[in-house]
Amino acid sequence: MAEKNGQETVVKKVATRESYGNALKELAEEFPQLVVLDADLAAATKTEVFKKAYPERHIDCGIAEANMMGIAAGLSLTGKIPFVSSFAMFAAGRAFEQVRNSIGYPHLNVKIGATHAGITVGEDGATHQCNEDIALMRTIPGMVVMCPADDVEAKAAVRAALEYEGPVYIRFGRAAVPVINDKPGYKFEIGKGSVVREGTDVTIVATGICVDSALGAAGKLAAEGISAEVVSICTIKPLDEEIIINSAKKTGKVVTVEEHSVIGGLGSAVCDTLSANLPTRVKKLGMQDVFGESGSAAALVQKYGLDAEGVYQSVKEFM
Amino acid sequence: MNNLELKKHANDVRKGIVTAVHGAKAGHPGGSLSAADVFTFLYFEEMNIDPENPKMEDRDRFVLSKGHTAPGLYSALANRGFFPVEDLPTLRHLGSYLQGHPCIHIPGVDMSSGSLGQGISAAVGMALGARMGGKGYRVYTLLGDGELEEGQVWEASMFAGHRKLDNLCVMVDNNNLQIDGPIDQVCSPYPIDRKFEAFNFHVINVDAHDFDAMRAAFQEARETKGMPTCIVFHSLKGKGVSFMENNIDWHGKAPNDEQYAVAMADLEKIGAELEKEGEE
Repeated sequence: MAEKNGQETVVKKVATRESYGNALKELAEEFPQLVVLDADLAAATKTEVFKKAYPERHIDCGIAEANMMGIAAGLSLTGKIPFVSSFAMFAAGRAFEQVRNSIGYPHLNVKIGATHAGITVGEDGATHQCNEDIALMRTIPGMVVMCPADDVEAKAAVRAALEYEGPVYIRFGRAAVPVINDKPGYKFEIGKGSVVREGTDVTIVATGICVDSALGAAGKLAAEGISAEVVSICTIKPLDEEIIINSAKKTGKVVTVEEHSVIGGLGSAVCDTLSANLPTRVKKLGMQDVFGESGSAAALVQKYGLDAEGVYQSVKEFM
Repeated sequence: MNNLELKKHANDVRKGIVTAVHGAKAGHPGGSLSAADVFTFLYFEEMNIDPENPKMEDRDRFVLSKGHTAPGLYSALANRGFFPVEDLPTLRHLGSYLQGHPCIHIPGVDMSSGSLGQGISAAVGMALGARMGGKGYRVYTLLGDGELEEGQVWEASMFAGHRKLDNLCVMVDNNNLQIDGPIDQVCSPYPIDRKFEAFNFHVINVDAHDFDAMRAAFQEARETKGMPTCIVFHSLKGKGVSFMENNIDWHGKAPNDEQYAVAMADLEKIGAELEKEGEE
């Protein structure tokens, strides 16, 4: 994390949509049944690298997301493993019912790679900033929902999805984000979170690009004598309940951070778990029941309090 | 199989439909009966399937895009030996495997369906998958004429035409009635044939209750290369049950006990005539 007042370090940044495209290409030989579908957005979803390397395994469905989901369902029934790509708004939003009825209900082996999630879509504005996809996808029985934090986790999630039998939704971002998981011994497992910073006073549970903000906030809090534990959650469903309960037991206070509506997303999932197992005070950071707007990704994240400074301020108030 | 045998099977399929819907006290008899001859021809003649091995890898596939007519599909599957005919009255009952709309876990059902417009997309995906995998099997999907009002049908058709999926046979059960009235009064999808032609399909108009015409149409579909085929079946809603024929009231309603008795008597009479025809 580069901090304004700290030593200037070179932080490698990669958009998780890039990681997605690269992972598909890298895994193509190992998973010969993998095919990739797009709805005229291959250049933006970054599946273009796969398309160039394996043109016969890339299917452009045109601008028709509902049909694309159905085609993926049909392909999976012939033994293919389709990765369906579009913006989160269209994959989870427009095609929600197709995902539910044509993929979720028959529990087909279809993977959905949804890019451009959340407000970091930036300048395109509210119509394209999907802050509802985690909530929508969580409600589908049997659907695995993942939201990787960085390049390393995104690639690991794509591999894990291909190894897993059943429907999976993975959310990727448009904006380049710091690589934080390139550590020796990094392991990824569907349904497992990780404590990325230990602490004793408060737990910050974060997903996606907000893990980096949470780590930044934890650094600022430490300077003021507040010891924050940061739990990184990539798989929102099934949720790693144990890691959250254990951390909450230790700290007694939980803040959730996500680039998503506070209704139905990570925060709600954490509250579901804690209210049933260990009633704990929770503050949910995210989009507070509002639409986004145009602006640069960085400016939006700042405005909506999801950067390190915003999370830091919110946690401090909560203490 | 000769036409007389097909007619007898179709009549049994119709009895199964009426019995299933009566047992369920709900369901969609009208569109099941209009498509009963198509279901029969597909499962007794046209498709390469094996009731002993419903998931046979290289079988032909069928997706009932107009999934509300599940009683028609279930009755055809049961009569073909995929599961016991005796189970049909458990349709829609809690705990029965015969769900209100087709469910992939039912023996012989290739895809869950029922939300209109979605089945055709899955069928298109299957046809594409077959071609990508170098497989020779064919994929069939049956749509309602009212279903053509769903935009997704045309997304799927555009894709199938564009990809020249000649292993795909789209069928439309054109009985002219939907819940709110005649289709041309609700939101007309006519001309159906010219629409599919415009989406680069080979189109055949067929009487849905004429097995000779049906046989010729499916043959033509199989021989058509370089484009998918759409067979528009001109059918009679409620076909075979006197008081249900061309009557919108029987789109989604179950017969009571008296009505069930009349319906079965109608079909028994047809059955007896077919037996007599066989003896001549």
